[in-house]
Amino acid sequence: MRAVLELAGRHRLRAWEALPWAAALAAFFVFPNHLAFGTQLLITVLFALSLDLVLGYAGIVTLGHAAFFGAGAYTVGMLAQHLGWNEPLSSLAAAALVAGAIGLASGLVLLRTHGLTLLMLTLCTMALLEEAANMGARYTGGFDGMPGLGFQPLLGIFPFDVLFFRSQYLYALAVLFACFVVVRVLVYSPFGQSLTGIRENLLRMHAVGAPVRARLVLAYAISAALAGVAGGLFTQANAFVNLAVLGLDRAAGVLIILILGGYGRLYGAFVGALAYLLLEHALAKAYPTAWQLGLGLALMAVALYARNGILGIAASLHRRLGGRRAA
Amino acid sequence: MDVASVLLGGFAAGMVLFIVSVGLSVTLGLMGFVNLAHGGFAMLGGYAIALSMREWGLPFPAALALGFASVAALSVVLERLLYARLYRASELDQVLFTIGLAFVMIASVTLAVGPETQTLVLPEWLRGQADLGFIKYRSYSVAVIVAGVVLALALWLGFERTRYGARIRAAVDNRRMAESLGVDVQRLFTVTFAIGSGLAAVGGGIGAEILGLDPQYPLRYLAYFLIVVAVGGLGRVTGVFFSALLIGVLDFVLKIYFPKGGAMFIYALTLALLLWRPQGLFGKRTA
Amino acid sequence: MRAPLLETRGLCKSFGALEVARDIDFRLERGARHALIGPNGAGKTTLVNLLTGALQPSRGSVLLEGDDLAGLAQAKRVKRGLARTFQINQLFRGLTVLENVCIAVAERLGVGGSMLRPAGKRADVIGEASRLLEMLRLQGDAGRRVAELPYGRQRLVELAIALGLKPRVLLLDEPAAGIPSAESHILLDAIAALPADIAVLIIEHDMDLVFRFARRITVMVSGAVFAEGSPAEIAANREVRAVYLGSALDA
Repeated sequence: MRAVLELAGRHRLRAWEALPWAAALAAFFVFPNHLAFGTQLLITVLFALSLDLVLGYAGIVTLGHAAFFGAGAYTVGMLAQHLGWNEPLSSLAAAALVAGAIGLASGLVLLRTHGLTLLMLTLCTMALLEEAANMGARYTGGFDGMPGLGFQPLLGIFPFDVLFFRSQYLYALAVLFACFVVVRVLVYSPFGQSLTGIRENLLRMHAVGAPVRARLVLAYAISAALAGVAGGLFTQANAFVNLAVLGLDRAAGVLIILILGGYGRLYGAFVGALAYLLLEHALAKAYPTAWQLGLGLALMAVALYARNGILGIAASLHRRLGGRRAA
Repeated sequence: MDVASVLLGGFAAGMVLFIVSVGLSVTLGLMGFVNLAHGGFAMLGGYAIALSMREWGLPFPAALALGFASVAALSVVLERLLYARLYRASELDQVLFTIGLAFVMIASVTLAVGPETQTLVLPEWLRGQADLGFIKYRSYSVAVIVAGVVLALALWLGFERTRYGARIRAAVDNRRMAESLGVDVQRLFTVTFAIGSGLAAVGGGIGAEILGLDPQYPLRYLAYFLIVVAVGGLGRVTGVFFSALLIGVLDFVLKIYFPKGGAMFIYALTLALLLWRPQGLFGKRTA
Repeated sequence: MRAPLLETRGLCKSFGALEVARDIDFRLERGARHALIGPNGAGKTTLVNLLTGALQPSRGSVLLEGDDLAGLAQAKRVKRGLARTFQINQLFRGLTVLENVCIAVAERLGVGGSMLRPAGKRADVIGEASRLLEMLRLQGDAGRRVAELPYGRQRLVELAIALGLKPRVLLLDEPAAGIPSAESHILLDAIAALPADIAVLIIEHDMDLVFRFARRITVMVSGAVFAEGSPAEIAANREVRAVYLGSALDA
């Protein structure tokens, strides 16, 4: 059966999948003066990728994903500031653990609900963390956050330079690659397939005997840990952390990035982050209002006409052309 | 401050929350539509009211009527042209669309009017203090409370005692059943959406002195409007009234006594409450 | 004496004042071909929901081989061999037919939560799913998305998913509903060819199908068991004819 072959080969690497990584490496040499931007881009891709796992695959609509990005960012910041724990790799692991634990705990209670209630609960969880970070000024620096953090050189060799971002860029790229491999393995596994099943039909998923809630909570916790890694990278690369890492702006932003790129298709996070950050870079500073207007119109258009974002449009074009060839 | 004036301040804030949120609750209950742009209608109304008074010298009541009518009309157009295409769409599409719409509203107002905060030019009879016998308090806040209570009573009567209200209640409880009994839920929704948006506009106007009014209003208070609706239960006028009062008073009190941790307490409370009763304090559990 | 495979004792369910199941004592024997009939709103689907654990009874109990299933979640009951189809298709519409069945097979084999090996490398899962599709003559559609299939073919996918769970008890809720009669023979053949050791309970309005297939029939009216017996006994039962069969048979 052709379908069997198709399914059996679906997880195999395609040649074009090397493209984004080759481009990211090439950018390191071609744009040595834009590596700060590049680093933010890689971190954003990772954050959007983590959201894709819960939103695109498991179908959990959340308005509070920045809670985990912020948890990771503050974990790294507080460890460096108060405990002098500033070895990058281990503090990144700590960020993943803390964010993952928060994801696990909140997922256990939140994912019993659906719809508006779930939306509200994710929003409230994030707002709660934001207020906590604001209030616990002694530990978190409050409104001003923690500026001027210092980190040890990566692997003891490559120092972080807040002006040139060379180490940060390659470091972020390597971390993103590792996390991408994790997500890619997950989504093509039976676990990933069952998340898609939950998104497609909850009732049926119960009826085939799947432990639906356990799967959702697990996916939520993994996604939270990955978002925490992205947040931790943010703090390490920029040497500061402040309240902007866990507000509604960031949560809505990453949602928009993923939707514009195309959710539930792994590379949507890459395309969306690139398009969004480039446009933002070009427009937002000079014409902030026009940027917001355009963004709003784009969102409305995506919701009304192009539900699968940029990659979705590309795929349907490809299918139309390919269909003609096959016929 | 003494207890009475704290309570009055909280009541006034609660009334504004009620007037803005009640439409959101009913439309959510009726269509299950997650309208994150609802605060945008309140803002647009607030601008229409504040600007028509300042620029054209319209009297306060006339400006309120203008705000209600213009925003209600705009919302009908948007509902028929755009919202209506998304009733069967996923929650995610609704969320995206309405966040996008909120952005467009914010940007449009910033472009047209500017980013600064707007103030209401209050008529003479609303400035100063009113003597309530037991306390002297800001006339404006007293008027807001009176207006809120009157409006709540009117809405409650409309909901409980008119055929139109009965249809809405039936459709909120069981849409399919109501449709099979010949209720045109689509039309019901259009009309309710218009009234709800118009009320939000009025709330945006009279709340300008309490919540402030600037282009960022729709997103700044989004969480509060949603909390009021979620706590009150979907499609319940009385539920929204009491939850708005509760949140208004709590927020007011906490901001005075715990200026730093007040909001956190409200979020924590909402979290706990929704985990305990996902359908809200006053909502019915749906099977 | 061995306990019956599936049994309910005094099963009751009410929503507020509305009683949808009243004191139901029902037995399904091993290898049964049992039909559940009754007018619309008689509570047939409610009984299925109570059996699978989608609904919790207000009173009474459901027993599988004598074990009380009270408090056992739906997923656990599936693991113990209780599978169902839905009256209205409940499928993974965006996925291919093969994937639909693979999800069910993977859950049964206990690998639905495994994270490391790609689903495409699970030859055991895919092999079993494709054998099921061949049995139901769905192999030609295996690579198509379910949403693209005509409704009748989707009904077959519904059955394939349930069979992928290798049930001991199969609850079929109006399997032929919505299928054009020209296409229904594939489904009927498939049901007739089900392994003899599966106990099948079928809810059906098509009396031809019921009398051809069933060796035992239970009639429900207003949430209660009205009559039970062999097809011949039910056909001869005057009261049943009066409340139900008469109109259906004449039609």
